[in-house]
Amino acid sequence: MSEVPMPASPMPETPMLEVADLRAGYGEAEVLRGVSLTVGAGEIVAVLGANGVGKTTLNMTLSGVLKPWSGAIRFNGAEIGGAKPPAVVAAGLVHVPEGRKIFPNLSVRENLELGGYRVSKSGRDANLQRAFDTFPRLKERAGQYAGTLSGGEQQMLAIGRGLMSEPKLLILDEPSLGLSPLLVEEMFGLIASLARDGLPIMLVEQNVVQSLDLASRAYILENGEVAMQGEAAKLAADPELKRAYLGL
Amino acid sequence: MYSPLIVAEALLNGLMLGAVYALVALGLTLVYGVLHIVNFAHGAFLTVAMFGVWLAWSQLGMDPYLSMILIVPAMAALGYAAQRWIIGPASRGADNSILLVTLGLSIIIQNGLLALFSSDTRTIDTDYAFQVVELGPLLLSFPRVVGLGAALVTAVVLWVILNRTDVGRAIRAVAREKLGASLVGIDVGHIYAVTFAIGSACLGVAAALLMPVFYVEPNTGAAFVLVAFTIVVLGGMGSVVGALVGGLLIGVVESASSLWFGDSLGQIGIFLIFIAVLLIRPTGLFGARQ
Ligand SMILES: Nc1ncnc2c1ncn2[C@@H]1O[C@H](COP(=O)(O)OP(=O)(O)OP(=O)(O)O)[C@@H](O)[C@H]1O
Ligand SMILES: [Mg+2]
Repeated sequence: MSEVPMPASPMPETPMLEVADLRAGYGEAEVLRGVSLTVGAGEIVAVLGANGVGKTTLNMTLSGVLKPWSGAIRFNGAEIGGAKPPAVVAAGLVHVPEGRKIFPNLSVRENLELGGYRVSKSGRDANLQRAFDTFPRLKERAGQYAGTLSGGEQQMLAIGRGLMSEPKLLILDEPSLGLSPLLVEEMFGLIASLARDGLPIMLVEQNVVQSLDLASRAYILENGEVAMQGEAAKLAADPELKRAYLGL
Repeated sequence: MYSPLIVAEALLNGLMLGAVYALVALGLTLVYGVLHIVNFAHGAFLTVAMFGVWLAWSQLGMDPYLSMILIVPAMAALGYAAQRWIIGPASRGADNSILLVTLGLSIIIQNGLLALFSSDTRTIDTDYAFQVVELGPLLLSFPRVVGLGAALVTAVVLWVILNRTDVGRAIRAVAREKLGASLVGIDVGHIYAVTFAIGSACLGVAAALLMPVFYVEPNTGAAFVLVAFTIVVLGGMGSVVGALVGGLLIGVVESASSLWFGDSLGQIGIFLIFIAVLLIRPTGLFGARQ
């Protein structure tokens, strides 16, 4: 993996995404207990943590599916906390969910087209070409029902669909889940190339080693709070990581 | 035995009756397929649409077929508003609450109609109600020919909407994957309401086709919806093609069984077929196999 040149300060002046003291949960149960983090332009930021610490809940709150209880979400200079998903997508914050959530009863092409639901028709056609260039396999299967794709192809489709929404920042929730080691390698390569093309990425993962290798910075969540944060390379070397991550 | 000509006429007329059933079933199955609930207010909406056609005729002197240009958009608006601002908010996303809310809505509508129009039956007189169309040696009822034609056109329009437009793709996406739909920026509440609007618009077409040959009183819709529900289950819950084919089939069966068993027993054939199909294919003719 090629070294990503570090900016002089690890955090750019005005981050693309700035989450401050975010609290959210389901019904009475609080899951996020005051999470703060930032993602800067051009960065890959990893968000790691054991099962059930609230990573997916964080993503759902950022994308407007869950209403924040308190705290602030600033994206691209605007407050989007409490905004509904259509507005969040239109603003360019795009979330590729855990478990893909593609439309199994629609063709691959239709899945991609719906990714551009909030994009003008002309932009959509160009984006579709680009998505097919990025994922030639999806082009081969354009007419096939998405539900008949293999797990790896479905993950490609989910990301392709996300790219069709013209993201300014992409949230990926466990993109390597259920992929064979070879495909995981390919997936991380893809993420690196998206970031190289200038797309900031918030990468939520269980795959700690590879994620820290790829990301410039990382946050470790523990029980709904940020337990550790910092430059990915430093965190990777920190013995405390094992304790926080494995809950030892 | 009946002459083959009479049997053929009965079957063809049945096909046309079935077309109207299919329209009523289309709305029901569409809403079921997307929201996964049975809309108990569907029958009351049909009654409203039929009264609408009757009012357009009695107050404005509009031909019942022509009144579609008024009734269909009005029903679409009613369906949209009912889901977006009454059924949706009142049920807060819980499926069993939606059932109860639609049931409550149907009771309110029925009693509202009773208060407005009393329980008298209303009919529309047209000079074509008893006209026949000659097709070779066959004599076909004119309103039923119109019914079949209009139902087929509606089915084609529906197919185009569902398969060739953004809104249609969004409807099919929401039917299977709500979260995924939200995350591409689809407003799920809006799509729910649009689905109701389309289902109600189909009722508007059905009402306009029915009024020249049928009557309306505040309970009329309920009887049709019972048959329509049979069709939805028969065709496969949520299947648009199933509703169409099931509707036509049920119309033919009803027509054939009234020929052989007499008018009052016409509907017995429906339920015999219904039971037979479900014994062989519990998911219905076009239902998804598990
Ligand atoms: N829809 C829900 N209703 C109620 N509680 C939920 C819901 N979804 C998640 N939770 C709870 O919230 C907590 C955090 O779950 P979340 O899915 O955010 O974890 P996660 O960090 O993404 O875990 P994983 O790595 O397994 O995906 C868990 O205790 C979970 O049981
Ligand atoms: Mg998760």
